[in-house]
Amino acid sequence: MANKIPNRQAICDTLLKAAATDKDIVVLCSDSRGSASLTKFADTYPEQFVEMGIAEQDLVSVAAGLASCGKKAFAASPACFLTTRSYEQAKIDCAYSNTNVTLIGISGGVSYGALGMSHHSAQDIAAMSAIPNMRVYLPSDRFQTAKLVEALLRDTKPAYLRVGRNPVEDVYTEDACPFEMDKATVLAEGSDVAIIACGEMVRPALAAAALLNAQGISAGVLDMYCVKPLDREAVLKAARGAKVVLTVEEHAPFGGLGSMVAQVVGEECPRKVKNLSLPDAPVITGTSKEVFAYYGLDAAGIAKSAAQLLANC
Amino acid sequence: MELHELELKSWDLRRDIVEIIMAGGGGHIGGDMSVLNTLLVLYKNHLNITLYTTADPNRDRFVLSKGHAVEALYAVLADCGFLDLVDIKERFSKFGSPYIGHPNNKLPGIEMNSGSLGHGLPVCVGMALAAKRDGRSYRVYTVMGDGELAEGSVWEAAMAASNYQLDNLCAVVDRNRLQISGSTEEVMKQDSQEQRWAAFGWNVISVDGDSIEALDAAFTAAKHHPAQPTVILANTTKGYGSPLMENKASWHHHLPNQEEYRQIIADFAARKEALLNG
Repeated sequence: MANKIPNRQAICDTLLKAAATDKDIVVLCSDSRGSASLTKFADTYPEQFVEMGIAEQDLVSVAAGLASCGKKAFAASPACFLTTRSYEQAKIDCAYSNTNVTLIGISGGVSYGALGMSHHSAQDIAAMSAIPNMRVYLPSDRFQTAKLVEALLRDTKPAYLRVGRNPVEDVYTEDACPFEMDKATVLAEGSDVAIIACGEMVRPALAAAALLNAQGISAGVLDMYCVKPLDREAVLKAARGAKVVLTVEEHAPFGGLGSMVAQVVGEECPRKVKNLSLPDAPVITGTSKEVFAYYGLDAAGIAKSAAQLLANC
Repeated sequence: MELHELELKSWDLRRDIVEIIMAGGGGHIGGDMSVLNTLLVLYKNHLNITLYTTADPNRDRFVLSKGHAVEALYAVLADCGFLDLVDIKERFSKFGSPYIGHPNNKLPGIEMNSGSLGHGLPVCVGMALAAKRDGRSYRVYTVMGDGELAEGSVWEAAMAASNYQLDNLCAVVDRNRLQISGSTEEVMKQDSQEQRWAAFGWNVISVDGDSIEALDAAFTAAKHHPAQPTVILANTTKGYGSPLMENKASWHHHLPNQEEYRQIIADFAARKEALLNG
């Protein structure tokens, strides 16, 4: 049966559970508690919830102020606004001042589909990764999201976490979700193509690997939920064991996972690296599923790109 | 600290500021001079922070939002024992120095990094909110410039502070009426500040911001005002203390030449002498 729980719901469930005993957790929203699936948190722990109104700059700075006084601040807002309108607040008040703030970018990538470019966040990985002392995480499913939030609750450094709006097919199960902070998860090993994906592109990448294997192409899959700090060791191991590398991300072609992987592979074990991403252009109108299919970001498209890459190497 | 002593100290710290700037090869001297008395009164008579309580959860919080006036903050922090004035003078703005041209929280006594305008008040809203949620009695202070009030983020925070009735928050506007391009009224009109803050639900106190006595009374009054945050509109003189630089926008960021330096120091000494002679 298809999963009906979006990753944003997994964030709320994890925070709800932790907030029962940890009174330093504070969640902030910018009129976004519904779209962030945080209404239940706001209703259950109103003394640990702060509504900032539609004021994203204030959202981030206030979170930093709370964190500087010992709070574990989680500020949730649509990724498109959070990472660009509040960019300087993330840079100075979170990263530079080193405050314990987790920025939660909801409805990331092209989740908002037909709402257009104003609501797409295809720049967030590039923007946030360029800030010193800011970490960037894109979990692939609800189980990994929960593990990631649990890990973020245990540390005190700033981070950016991006999730999509809709439920995505599970990559893991409740009992089988291997997770080590800042270490990629090897989902499959392959000697022809190493597919490195992040966020909600991991599940179609895994499906693509099955299609490739059926064609006699050995495809490995790496779940690089930790885009920054990138797990260099895992990238190099996967690249060394394969002939070509294909990266897959719901992001603009510049400054995201593909750029970072190409940088590492180019430095240490040159291989042909192709970056499968959204275009450097306003994205076509449609649901995210339609958009992914159009740009070849679904299982069939990923498999096709991988096979072509291998054929031309 | 007795107000008369503070007034005398103010002239010594002005000299320290100019010497820091001379040693570092430049600084925001005009704004340092207008904001100094605010910082001095706050640190000496109102903030409950010492070098030994910088991690105490009950300490008062201060964020210098107009971070470019960092030389004034360094001078006050040195006088309060947080920093070493000799070390500051040796290393300010030098390669690898911790004494950057804007506040950074790797130095004792500095809570948050600043430098980009419009950040201090929102951060302080978070700090004040944390006190309310935790039932702590500490107070939170920030100092902004008047040109800074053109930043939209200031007003997002002003809105939130009154929404959450943060009566433990006190903001000061260093109203020296000059910014880098000239008069604030020419760059972007600010003259209706009393009405603007009141409309946002704040308690407004307008004072002579060069007067230590008036500032001290304003901070005391703010502490006793319930249910609303307080803004102190400190009407100050940019470059206060020497006619050479008073009310001159060109002294916003400036390195005095030797002749100017000697004149400024002499002016400060004369003002202190006049105070001593009653």
